[in-house]
Amino acid sequence: MKKNAYNLVLYVAGTTPKSVEAFANLKKICDEHLKGQYTIKVVDLLKNPKLAKGDQIVAIPTLVRKLPPPLKKIIGDLSNKERVLVGLNIIN
Amino acid sequence: MAFEEKEKDLQENFASLGFDLKSLVRSKKLVIDYVYIERSEIEETGEYDLEGLFVRLSSAIDSVGAKRVVLDTIEALFSGLSNQSILRAELRRLFRWLKDRGVTAIVTGEKGDSLLTKHGLEEYVADCVICLDHRVIDQIATRRLKIVKYRGSRHGTNEFPFLIGESGISVFPLTSLLLSSASSSGRITSGIKNLDVMLGEKGYYRGSSILVSGSPGSGKTSFGAQFVDSACRGGQRALFFAFEESEGQLSRNMKNIGMDLKKWTDKGLLKVIANRATLCGLEMHLVMAHNAVREVKPSVVVIDPITTLVGAGTLDEPKAMMARLLDFLKNEGITVLATDLTTLGDRGEATEIGISSLCDTWIRLSMETHDYKRMRRISIIKSRGMRHAYETKELIITSTGLEIKDITGVREGSK
Repeated sequence: MKKNAYNLVLYVAGTTPKSVEAFANLKKICDEHLKGQYTIKVVDLLKNPKLAKGDQIVAIPTLVRKLPPPLKKIIGDLSNKERVLVGLNIIN
Repeated sequence: MAFEEKEKDLQENFASLGFDLKSLVRSKKLVIDYVYIERSEIEETGEYDLEGLFVRLSSAIDSVGAKRVVLDTIEALFSGLSNQSILRAELRRLFRWLKDRGVTAIVTGEKGDSLLTKHGLEEYVADCVICLDHRVIDQIATRRLKIVKYRGSRHGTNEFPFLIGESGISVFPLTSLLLSSASSSGRITSGIKNLDVMLGEKGYYRGSSILVSGSPGSGKTSFGAQFVDSACRGGQRALFFAFEESEGQLSRNMKNIGMDLKKWTDKGLLKVIANRATLCGLEMHLVMAHNAVREVKPSVVVIDPITTLVGAGTLDEPKAMMARLLDFLKNEGITVLATDLTTLGDRGEATEIGISSLCDTWIRLSMETHDYKRMRRISIIKSRGMRHAYETKELIITSTGLEIKDITGVREGSK
């Protein structure tokens, strides 16, 4: 797979334990399974509240897989590795 | 914040109710946020909260300085997200948060089987719970509204019919009416010269209610039209509810007897509302009458005939409904003339639903046959608070309106 095939956005609201954990979990999973093929952008809604509407964010933290299509959303602290991998369509 | 309808759909749907959401949005009075949650697109793993929703609400409230918030079918969250315990905790937090922000929030939810709402939202909100209902009884549908609870207030506990019309929602709080109308000693002409003489020389009391009962063809509609015509002639506004004739038919017929109702309609003094009584339930007629009165602000109202409304009632209490309508009009200081069809043969005194006792003045029209000739008779059965004539007289419908004459040449029978 080509470089940066996975375009991921993690929505958080301030630096909360859950969001810190979600980012750590995500980073770990990506490094294990998608090394060199991903980008993670973290959006703090407290700083950019308007961005919540665009991606229809309700729950925090929410991970949005922008690329590859289709759009996928995973909510929660991403503590369940299996489900994250399934959610991102990395494994079936 | 809408969970079911998109911004565009909301704008279109509300336009039909007379609300221009688009211009409200443009002038920064309103902001609509459509929240879309599709379970199939969302994977849940681990702990989360609804801070995203809070952020959106907060930024929406701040962007227009909102004082009121509507969360339309927030229960959609329950079908979109699976972790019920998180949702419940977050909703509780949300409602507390809304309160702390000092906004008034209306939260809608679907009716549940055992609970008031499907997901028991009333547990969290519940400063005030209003239950809306749409029922069909005898093929007539009526929307009703009931205040289930309202903390810190004495609220009406009955079900009230409400109407969604061209100018939004209106409720007619039927039971809040008391007999408190200020009584006027002013008089208003009946439009029939000799009748005024029969009514203590001066006509009806302003703000009173008049019942005109009579058999078919005795001239009830003409009688009502004459009253309206004379009010308009004096520059007063009038409202005519026609339950048996269309506006065109009414104005054609009345033109033949010298009344140009169309002229008054064109001038904006008269409004004729012609509906079949069975169009909707009795309660709805009352709400519609209420709205029309508020809109037209008439000083006289004619209901022709009031008895057809009885057939539209789905309750056992059409009389109570009539009472509410008449009381409402009285409270507004409006003189109301209602006609009532008495079936041939009955003595007339026991008007079908006993509305006569609600009316201040009761005039009876009848037809009698004398020497193969049918003649109209008029008599005043009662008229509260005035000396009125006791004689039965003859009512003649001429090409210039109604006239009353003493009966000559015929011997009175039992009447």
